[in-house]
Amino acid sequence: MKRRDVNAVLLGSLVTALTAAAVQAPALAAGKEKCYGVSLAGQNDCAAGPGTTCAGTSKVDYQGNAWKLVPKGTCEGMELPGGRKGSLTALERDVPKG
Amino acid sequence: MAEALAGFAAAVVDPGRPVPAGLTARPGADLGRRLAVYRNNVTVGLVDALAAGFPVTGRLVGEEFFRAMAQVFVAWNRPSSPMMFEYGAGFADFIAGFAPAASVPYLADVAALEAARTAAWHAAEGPALAAAVLARRVAGWSGEALLAARVTAHPATRVVASRYPIRSVWAVHQGDDPEPAFGGPWQPETALVTRPAGEVRVRALDPAAGAFAAALLAGASVGEAGAAALDEDEGFEAGTALVMLADAGAIGDMEEARG
Repeated sequence: MKRRDVNAVLLGSLVTALTAAAVQAPALAAGKEKCYGVSLAGQNDCAAGPGTTCAGTSKVDYQGNAWKLVPKGTCEGMELPGGRKGSLTALERDVPKG
Repeated sequence: MAEALAGFAAAVVDPGRPVPAGLTARPGADLGRRLAVYRNNVTVGLVDALAAGFPVTGRLVGEEFFRAMAQVFVAWNRPSSPMMFEYGAGFADFIAGFAPAASVPYLADVAALEAARTAAWHAAEGPALAAAVLARRVAGWSGEALLAARVTAHPATRVVASRYPIRSVWAVHQGDDPEPAFGGPWQPETALVTRPAGEVRVRALDPAAGAFAAALLAGASVGEAGAAALDEDEGFEAGTALVMLADAGAIGDMEEARG
């Protein structure tokens, strides 16, 4: 195929599929949300940022910057010992020093 | 003290070295044999780490063959990082050149898939661009801008191309069944490894979609990646493939090309 034809074929397919995709509901992470500050030590799903080793690395219970996937809509309602609550964003409480 | 430790560490990983000065054992014990216990523990520990990281590779050849092969790898490759999940990144390449494994030609590619899953699991967190968001963003772009656009891969995304159906072989060997039936067609598969919502997933792509994914996620433009895929298959659908990549969580971001 000539370069111009290649581009025409690509664009035809791109426009068709993207037009359809623009109206679809987001499929990612349906039914789950990241909940910070609720996992027990060593039982988090992932920590944030490069250089960390993700799952199972939280050092303390309810560590504020470690998260666990929970059913959507349940995170912020979670009540934990000591008046703590779950959060959809990273927290500064219960973060081990160093 | 530091010198003695360094000497001990060097002797533990290299059986060719003599027993370092300064080591003592209980009276009457053979110092060389006591040191051999440490040497053996290091090897067994590293072989165990490989067995844990490459379970399907192990099932494909059986435990005895796998451990013998892993021992050869361990003898030549010491960990370069204290994080054991990084050990084994070179295992697939080693298998590809390991003559006794040549009768299982897809073994190295399955090992590469398992290494990619481990890497995806431990990769940094990052945003994924949903297909609908991507589609709405590019809706106002010109055709040229769309073809010139490039994506940033999500940090956990990995692509493993193979001449063999590695994703299917990997999938049917998840259980403990020693001889699982593989009923699918024996055709090339490119494995797309992603981590949507914290869970590692593996999809099988045909060679054209695989070529598109590999090129696009490595930094080629949509037009360049699409042309490479059309070389594989004239019926390749670029739009379907791009939406599939976004649905899989493979794409971190996509921006209009500048200049």
